[in-house]
Amino acid sequence: MIIKAIIGIVAFLVLGPFVGGLLAGLDRKLSAKMQRRVGPPVLQPFYDVGKLFQKEKQTPTRFQDFYVLLFVVFVIASGVLFFMGGDLLLVIFTLTIGAAFLIIAAYSSNSPYAEVGAERELLAMLAYEPMVLITVIGFYMYTGTFKVSEILAGDSMPFLPLLGIFFGWLFILTLKFRKSPFDLSMSHHAHQELVRGVTTEFVGRTMGWVEISHWYENVFLLGFVFLFFANGTAWGWVIGIVVAILTYFFEVFIDNCFARMKWQFAFKSAWIVAVVLGMINLFVLYICY
Amino acid sequence: MGTIVFLILFPMIVAFILLVVKGDKGRDVIVIGASAIIAAMSIVVAIQFASGGGDFFSFNGEVIGYIMMAVEAGLCIYICITAAMHRKWLAFIFAIVQTPLIIWFEFTRGHGIEVESNLYIDRLSIIMILIIGIIGTLIAVYALGYMKDFQHHEDEKGNKDRRPWFFFVMFLFLGAMVGLVTSNNMIWMYFFWEITSLSSFWLIGYTKTEEATNNAFRALIMNLLGGLGFAVGIVILGVVFQTLELSTMLLIGSVYGDLVAIPAAFFAFAGITKAAQMPFNSWLLGAMVAPTPTSALLHSSTMVKAGVFMIIKLAPVLGMSNFAGIMTMMVGGITFLFASCAAISQVNAKRVLAYSTIANLGLIVACGGVGTAGAVWAGIMLIIFHAITKSLLFLCVGTAEHHIGSRMIEDMDGLFNKMPRLATCMIIGIAGMFLAPFGMLISKWGCMVSFVDSGNILLIGCICFGSAVTAFYWLKWMGKLTAVVAGEESIEYDVHKTETFVHITLVVLVVLVCLLFPLLSSYLLVPYLELTFGGLAGGIMSSGNMLIMVIMVAVIVLLALFGFGKSKKPTVPIYLAGANTGDNRTYYGSMQKEVAFSLKNWYMEKYFGESKMNLIGDVLCVAMLVIGLGYMIATLVSLMGGVM
Amino acid sequence: MSAAYVTKSPWVVHYDGSSCNGCDIEVLACLTPMYDVERFGIINCGNPKHADVFLVTGSVNEQNKGIVKQIYDQMPEPKVVVAVGICACSGGIFKDCYNVMGGVDQVIPVDAYVPGCAARPEAIIDAVVKGLGVLQAKRDAMVNAASEAPVEIAEEAVTEEKKTPAVPPIFTMAEIKVNTMDHLKK
Repeated sequence: MIIKAIIGIVAFLVLGPFVGGLLAGLDRKLSAKMQRRVGPPVLQPFYDVGKLFQKEKQTPTRFQDFYVLLFVVFVIASGVLFFMGGDLLLVIFTLTIGAAFLIIAAYSSNSPYAEVGAERELLAMLAYEPMVLITVIGFYMYTGTFKVSEILAGDSMPFLPLLGIFFGWLFILTLKFRKSPFDLSMSHHAHQELVRGVTTEFVGRTMGWVEISHWYENVFLLGFVFLFFANGTAWGWVIGIVVAILTYFFEVFIDNCFARMKWQFAFKSAWIVAVVLGMINLFVLYICY
Repeated sequence: MGTIVFLILFPMIVAFILLVVKGDKGRDVIVIGASAIIAAMSIVVAIQFASGGGDFFSFNGEVIGYIMMAVEAGLCIYICITAAMHRKWLAFIFAIVQTPLIIWFEFTRGHGIEVESNLYIDRLSIIMILIIGIIGTLIAVYALGYMKDFQHHEDEKGNKDRRPWFFFVMFLFLGAMVGLVTSNNMIWMYFFWEITSLSSFWLIGYTKTEEATNNAFRALIMNLLGGLGFAVGIVILGVVFQTLELSTMLLIGSVYGDLVAIPAAFFAFAGITKAAQMPFNSWLLGAMVAPTPTSALLHSSTMVKAGVFMIIKLAPVLGMSNFAGIMTMMVGGITFLFASCAAISQVNAKRVLAYSTIANLGLIVACGGVGTAGAVWAGIMLIIFHAITKSLLFLCVGTAEHHIGSRMIEDMDGLFNKMPRLATCMIIGIAGMFLAPFGMLISKWGCMVSFVDSGNILLIGCICFGSAVTAFYWLKWMGKLTAVVAGEESIEYDVHKTETFVHITLVVLVVLVCLLFPLLSSYLLVPYLELTFGGLAGGIMSSGNMLIMVIMVAVIVLLALFGFGKSKKPTVPIYLAGANTGDNRTYYGSMQKEVAFSLKNWYMEKYFGESKMNLIGDVLCVAMLVIGLGYMIATLVSLMGGVM
Repeated sequence: MSAAYVTKSPWVVHYDGSSCNGCDIEVLACLTPMYDVERFGIINCGNPKHADVFLVTGSVNEQNKGIVKQIYDQMPEPKVVVAVGICACSGGIFKDCYNVMGGVDQVIPVDAYVPGCAARPEAIIDAVVKGLGVLQAKRDAMVNAASEAPVEIAEEAVTEEKKTPAVPPIFTMAEIKVNTMDHLKK
């Protein structure tokens, strides 16, 4: 048990950024292909981060680094808790602190662009948070436990009973990955309206750490997708990993198919999805199990 | 037992002394001295009784009963006269109905009922006494400095110094509160209950402006309505079950849950009014006109806790899936959701705090309504954390108000530079209200688990959406506070020493409680739950998770101590599209004119408008109350019919 | 020597001075599938605080000189400036206007000049890629300064460098003829 947990932690800490960065590179390559471009090398995200670490150190206020540090620590911590087989609620709460400190870091600079980004990020949080909680509760209602390790060991796949929740989760993944149509808060496609949103005032290595945290976060979010297919057998693992990767590319596809929507749409649609897919799924679970 | 009686009577004696002491110096000494004694005594009580299960004291009731009745009658007459003078006929009617009802009951039926023990103390009471004794007195100490500034403004308006009255009511209230949480005799509890209602009425109306008087009466009317519910509950309890003791009622309730649910529903109704649940939340919002220490003491950390204390006490009866429980949990859940939503649209910091208080009380009420051991664990945790953090926040807002001249969140721009220490305290307070390793989220966790276990899907929906909304309104305020606005000078030099002392103490308490909550859980909460619910009650949070939480708090504290504001990177101006004039607050507009920018938060009136949220919440909660109480009355009538 | 990431991920911030928008269109054309600058890791990031390459189109005038200067100042080192189009190089046909100061080099040090009216996308890309050499040289200077001298002096060295570029400016005039169209067709 403990050995498994340690393997999970080490694997996540070491492989997380690699997988995350690679996925980001594949994302850019694939997007380029969809637009009939050649696109950057697959390793481009790593070059970018390497470059950011080589830049001059600057900060708009001497308090910002502290908040960014907490963001990095807690995002990674949430992933660690998840992959060591910890409590799902704890994982979600830890992730929320991470997200909160990113927003606070943006606020702390008192820069208009960063603040617009922060407000939108906050709105995104308001939009996706109910569905995240519903997902966790759905797992609990079906498997009877919040512990990831026990869900993994369970012998029936939660995918079908949690079908609605699965699609709800897919929906908010777009918000979490900050992909179109919900790339409201920090898209680099939106530099006319918000420069770079939340990350506007992050310079050099600060920005580099934020990027790395996002890789960690993405891997961990895909881990959630994987969890829907875990049934304790090798098949569950295979299906889970394949679907997690497919999910990622599905999000890339969505990203390329949509324009950025207004925040009202993001907020309303996410809540409607949470009510319709999430709550009804929970109700069905309650009736049947 | 002596210590408890001391804790009830001593603050009341101090109250009367404060009524006659006119000088500032004398008042300072008495308040600080008395506060120290009360705080020390409450700790002594905690140590004295923490090991025991529940101690009951018979205490000679006869004479005291008559004294209480006389006081009650006097208060009733006082309320009637004041109400008549202000033409508040509802208050008049409620007062004139309930007190005679109780007195009639005591003389006819109640007389024959043997009350074995009037007072008791168990671990829940100990927690409440600690909150009242430490947080309550801290607020009283804070009020010393605050009221000096307050009176300064009043002097300018030519109003006379009524501070002796203010401190009289505050200390009277502390005594009454201790009485309330240690009464086993429902009549005694009712007596203290009415005193807290009246204290609230006096303090809200303290400034005697028209708005204050109206709001005070609104609070009084709603609390009297709750008192009426209380009185009816007592009568039913006495007539049907032939007892007046809370402990006996709970004992019968464990066997005849459906029957005891009838008086329990009325007591829960009283708790719901006092805890300012929808549709009764407007009194608590109106109460924000009062001086800030009042808001902190009565309307966040202590008095409103009387309502939830009652419901938590009733939890074993409410938890037996009867209509009383369903009514309570739904009112709590709905209030949590809609009060949280309404908080988004609020610009006034005190109103945000008020709505957040209502919402958190809603969560506690819902926990009581669910009534399982896990839910009660979460509810009590919420009571503790909420009392500390919310009083901290209120007191911070009070100090900020006196220094920046506004209680609007938008005016707190640059508070981090203007008042660094205060802003940091506020940030810690806000973090304590919603961020994970800190207090409130631990309890919210417990709530979530127990709600899911209760299988009430609507309640789960309420907490899922409500939590998201809660994070939203706290974060945007926290963002405002953390923003470093260049070029602001510190104006923190003339904050009263007492105020700073209280802020720092509360911050230390917040952090300590977050670090030590596993101990709190295993030494106070779990034994209490095991006694109340029987068997093992732990297991809401595994010890591993508690440990992780504590480690997280420790990590944040350590990082903050070593890293907060200590970045060595060169500081550069922010990006303003290349037109920053260099001071980070203005940019070159057209014709090279310097234009200042200002940043405002989102309030989303269209989605979370206050009146809309209140309307929906009120309608739903009234429906729940009508169904719940109606069902209870119908059961009662059919029962009585059967007997006859 | 640390890995040369600076040359593999040049992020661009583009500022439009008093341009006729001809060059701006050409700069945007670089992003299209036809030229696809993202091949080289180039991103038009729109934020000086993240950017390595400063593309300026159009001349500098009395109104925007402060802005050009500030955007340049807000870019963290190492950074290069590319003047795109003849107006950015020298003021072009607007040179004699009463409010025009001339080329970008009147305000900030320029590392690469791309003449042309309008500058061709191939030439712009070429200049950015050429600018990477300058970027690398500046990065090396930063590292050397940091390793040879205490920190305070290192910062001084960097600021001095702002005034006099370590590498002489590159002119892509001659290379315009050998454009990259052939390469693209492959």
